[in-house]
Amino acid sequence: MIASWSPKLLDVEGAVLDVVRAPHPVLATEGALVDPLDPSMIQLAADLVATMRVSPGCVGLAAPQVGVAAQMFSLDVSDHPKTRTCHGVFVLCNAVVVEASRNEKAREGCMSVPDFTGDVKRATRLTVRGVLPGTTDPLTITTDAFEARALQHEIDHCNGKLFLDRVAGAHAVYPRKTYQ
Amino acid sequence: MSQLAVTVIGPDRPGIIADVTGALVGTGVNLEDTTMTLLRGHFAMMIVCAGPIDEVESALEPLQGELVITVRTMGPEHEHAPIGAPYMLSVHGADRPGIVAAVTRMIAAAGGTITDLATRLSGGLYVLTAEVELPASADLEMLDRALEITAEELGVGVTLRPAESDDL
Repeated sequence: MIASWSPKLLDVEGAVLDVVRAPHPVLATEGALVDPLDPSMIQLAADLVATMRVSPGCVGLAAPQVGVAAQMFSLDVSDHPKTRTCHGVFVLCNAVVVEASRNEKAREGCMSVPDFTGDVKRATRLTVRGVLPGTTDPLTITTDAFEARALQHEIDHCNGKLFLDRVAGAHAVYPRKTYQ
Repeated sequence: MSQLAVTVIGPDRPGIIADVTGALVGTGVNLEDTTMTLLRGHFAMMIVCAGPIDEVESALEPLQGELVITVRTMGPEHEHAPIGAPYMLSVHGADRPGIVAAVTRMIAAAGGTITDLATRLSGGLYVLTAEVELPASADLEMLDRALEITAEELGVGVTLRPAESDDL
């Protein structure tokens, strides 16, 4: 089901929205469950994909990052070198982690925390359940490596958490380096 | 031979650590624990070492001026036995005075001790990360609640979770 899904199925034009930055309170707010058939949520799904597309290096964007405290995010890790299993571009509503194992530590960044990166331990084998926008049947996604990490990062956003809440040590937050 | 605390602070440039430790080599000093970081672009280093204070002071004298260097004699080494299980504390939110004081007060009130801490400010975002040990007698639920109330008053988010360590 997810393999045949495309943002085109939403049948609405996505708008590019502003990405909010910490310490904006919406990023610390638990997102509300969404109705995946609600036209405003279908529009939000298209907006998330459109905003993700225009943001360089962005592999995922959660609703709180565009100012909406809702359980929805877009994801596309297709072009990332650390990706193994890949489900292409998709949007997921009301996603929950069903199973997680094989933790590994890696450094993460976030468009909403542009000045820092941090070391975070996350599962590299992951099963997630959620609903595609415009559909009603829950689907299960099993993945690994970078897609697993990205999914956990976005699900955290939907629950009002940032990678800063999960860093692996007192010195595991780093100022982001920009070379001159 | 006494244990010395050497602090070095100043504008950052390549080669400070090489210069400072190079000067110390000739004094026969033995470097023990060292930490160094950049604090808002300032070079900041602390060294605990064992050696003769007079020789260490004169060896570092040529670097004074560009850098602010202090050398002090320390009391006997104070071994800190772990008081309990390790936890990671994360705090982030809009910058304002009093965040560190209020949050660390709650940890102290629960009998906890902080073993490592860093704070960073960038733009309006303030981030505190700390490693904490809590005694077995600490009421975790009460501490969580106290931290939650403190965080709410400060308008920040606080997370306290067990620090994982994988023994191999």
